[in-house]
Amino acid sequence: MRVLKALLRRKLGAFGLLVIFMTVAVAFLAPLIAPYPPDLQLFEGLTLEGAPLPPNSQFWLGTDLLGRDLFSRLIYGAQTSLIIGVVANGAAILIGSLVGIVAGFYRGIVGSILMRFTDLMMAFPALLLAIVLAAIFKPSLWIVALVIAMVNWVQVARVIYSETVSLAERDFIAAERTLGASPLRILLKHIAPHLIYSTIVFGTLGISTTVLLEATLSFLGIGVQPPTPSWGNIIFENQTYFASAPWLVFLPGFAIVSLALGFNLVGDAMREILDPTMKGKH
Amino acid sequence: MTYQQNHHPVLEVRNLITRVATPAGAKTVLDNVSFTLQAEETLCLAGESGSGKSVTALSIMGLLPPSARTTQGEILLEGRNLLDLSDRQMQKIRGGDIAMIFQEPMTSLNPVMTIGRQLKEAISIHQDVYGKEADAKALRALDAVRISESKRRMVQYPHELSGGMRQRVMIAMALSCNPKVLIADEPTTALDVTIQAQILTLMNELKKDFQTSIILITHDMGVVAEMADRVAVMNSGRIIEAQEVKKLFQAPSEAYTRALLKAIPRLGSMKDTPSEAKQLTPEGKPQTPVLEVRDLTVRFDINGGLLNRPVSRVHAVEKLSFDLFPGETLALVGESGCGKSTIGKSLVSLISAKGTIKIDGQEVTGLSAQELLPVRRKIQMVFQDPYAALDPRMTVGDLVGEPLVIHKLAHGRELIDRVENLFNRVGLPADAMARHPHEFSGGQRQRICIARALSLSPKIIVADESVSALDVSVQAQVLDLLQELQQELGLSYLFISHDMAVVEQVCHRVAVMLLGEIVECGPRDIVFSNPQHPYTKQLLDAVPIADPTVRRKERFLPQGEVPSPVRSLDYKPEIRSFNNLGQGHFVREYA
Repeated sequence: MRVLKALLRRKLGAFGLLVIFMTVAVAFLAPLIAPYPPDLQLFEGLTLEGAPLPPNSQFWLGTDLLGRDLFSRLIYGAQTSLIIGVVANGAAILIGSLVGIVAGFYRGIVGSILMRFTDLMMAFPALLLAIVLAAIFKPSLWIVALVIAMVNWVQVARVIYSETVSLAERDFIAAERTLGASPLRILLKHIAPHLIYSTIVFGTLGISTTVLLEATLSFLGIGVQPPTPSWGNIIFENQTYFASAPWLVFLPGFAIVSLALGFNLVGDAMREILDPTMKGKH
Repeated sequence: MTYQQNHHPVLEVRNLITRVATPAGAKTVLDNVSFTLQAEETLCLAGESGSGKSVTALSIMGLLPPSARTTQGEILLEGRNLLDLSDRQMQKIRGGDIAMIFQEPMTSLNPVMTIGRQLKEAISIHQDVYGKEADAKALRALDAVRISESKRRMVQYPHELSGGMRQRVMIAMALSCNPKVLIADEPTTALDVTIQAQILTLMNELKKDFQTSIILITHDMGVVAEMADRVAVMNSGRIIEAQEVKKLFQAPSEAYTRALLKAIPRLGSMKDTPSEAKQLTPEGKPQTPVLEVRDLTVRFDINGGLLNRPVSRVHAVEKLSFDLFPGETLALVGESGCGKSTIGKSLVSLISAKGTIKIDGQEVTGLSAQELLPVRRKIQMVFQDPYAALDPRMTVGDLVGEPLVIHKLAHGRELIDRVENLFNRVGLPADAMARHPHEFSGGQRQRICIARALSLSPKIIVADESVSALDVSVQAQVLDLLQELQQELGLSYLFISHDMAVVEQVCHRVAVMLLGEIVECGPRDIVFSNPQHPYTKQLLDAVPIADPTVRRKERFLPQGEVPSPVRSLDYKPEIRSFNNLGQGHFVREYA
């Protein structure tokens, strides 16, 4: 509650929260808001030559190549993007933090094995890995989220690892040891709380990269399968018509950017609020 | 006094006011500061942290951070007001007419450029000489600061030099353009005392050679007494008192100066107080030591090469033995790298060591974490930097209470009561408990650390440089607190320090360390009045004395660098025996 209040007091933070809140509301209320079903191909949605319609009074944001209402597709796409963004990113952070913190705190053989595995994953081309994983499992929304998590946890692990290493060498950790604190206690009470900032930063920045990676995968045909709309696959479905129908690329792009921006602003504000040494500074 | 003969001002600072923008509004950090620097004079700006000494220097150099601004006043360098000059003109002045050296020479030197190139660069910028000629000038500058093997230093990188040599290089660079004014901001604070003595002597000699005026910024009144012609004492942005140095030390006119001078630990101040022997009970029976250390050895391998194999070895502590008795303070003194901190860490089982450590009769080496837990209650540590030793995200109340929670000694209301008591005991208000460490001053933080160490009612406290990061007045208060606690609770202290004057004030016995071994050990009064080992004598001689009437000239000056404990892998430490001089005074054999 305290955090929320402090968040609302900051203009940028409050704005970010508003953007996120609106996206979430739209995603939940999609069936009520959307004027058409997202995969309904409308005859009047195309010109006589079969070209998509620009924004007009019937189709507020225009139509796509198959004559579907872009506004409705964006609204339903919010569901996909949010699920991917939150689930995939959450899973990536969970795996990455766990690997990083354990490797950084215990070092030694366990740490070496974990970090060499991380390096291996990092050296592996992310897309190739995603393609392999997507080929093994049948593509679906949840599998795509999992695949993205498998690719994205690596960077998180690297950063959390190096932060844990430097934290573990600080004097106050030595002081805790001399007081008799168990390793688990040190890890949970004195190291993990310090990693919250990085996790929040990753959580917010990661959402934008995640949404984009999902778009890439969708484009390659191994992401969210059409006709289910996601902001990413809307862009890639329509990108070849960029010159004649720019709204088909710009509008979903704008949706991605504003959601990412919203998360970034909230993340920045959270970092300021949660760091006691920065209290009161903006 | 030479400076009185050629009496003309080089630099005049008049009514300087500098403000810094803070979230809480503009704050005046320099309030009407005025002083005059005469030709070939050393003016010391003395004061505690936050008094505005460094801001004064940065204002003169025009190097204030963006948030700070000089709003009023004049800085006249031979009649020219520096505050009116453009950035370009100031660049000419900086390093040309006014040069500055800083506390930490490693961060002031570029780590990827050789010493020679950095020197040449400084010379080329200001003197318009290049190539061979600049080379020759650089070499001459290095020779001027009396650095050993100056030719070889030219092609070395900063990390290849010791701290003292780096500071010499910084001085060489500063003096290479014959500045009129040299500003030295705590130039010896990061150095060991023997090296400090060398650098201070060097600065005094160079002042004459180069006919430079020096503004020396320092918190150390010993250094002031050693160096200054005149002193300006600063406090909260104002010059409290400016005096000729002898007058200032003999008859300070302001109360603040008197308090400051009174707070400095002076070597020799305990000469007439015999140290209590704690090896015997008040009834005269021999005491059982609360801590017995026998043949403690700690070595670290330094890995390197392609295969990351050990290439050399640090002999941090070698076969070291000592006892600590109930209610006694044993001081471990020595310079950096002598292994004193390593001993502290191995006693609280932060690093593993060979040998025997018996705490209250119980052997602790080789115990598991579980078995160690009850022993930890008996020995606690207070670290050097109190801010680094406190988890910044926790409230200080939680921090002080945490040991009680870990050891399951108290919970709920009782826990809060006990923490409150501890706060009261160390002189902090109980309502401070809900605050975070960064809201306290350095001295208060150290009190919090002491309260935390006390929470487990230990018998021994290892104080690792626990007061060296504090200002002298605060230092005196913390030392008083430690002594009160010792008398009240019968604590034993292992007091690890590099500062001979502080050590003399607090300890009953002292052990002088060199290269991981004790070279001399005995009761405080005997070791300080009659040191035997040459190294002990050297350490005592190097301490700057806070009395301007006794200056270095007549005193012995230590030579060379602080030796390093890094040895080759096949190094076998010599086994040397100790001579017993009676009354518990032991001296290791020396050549």
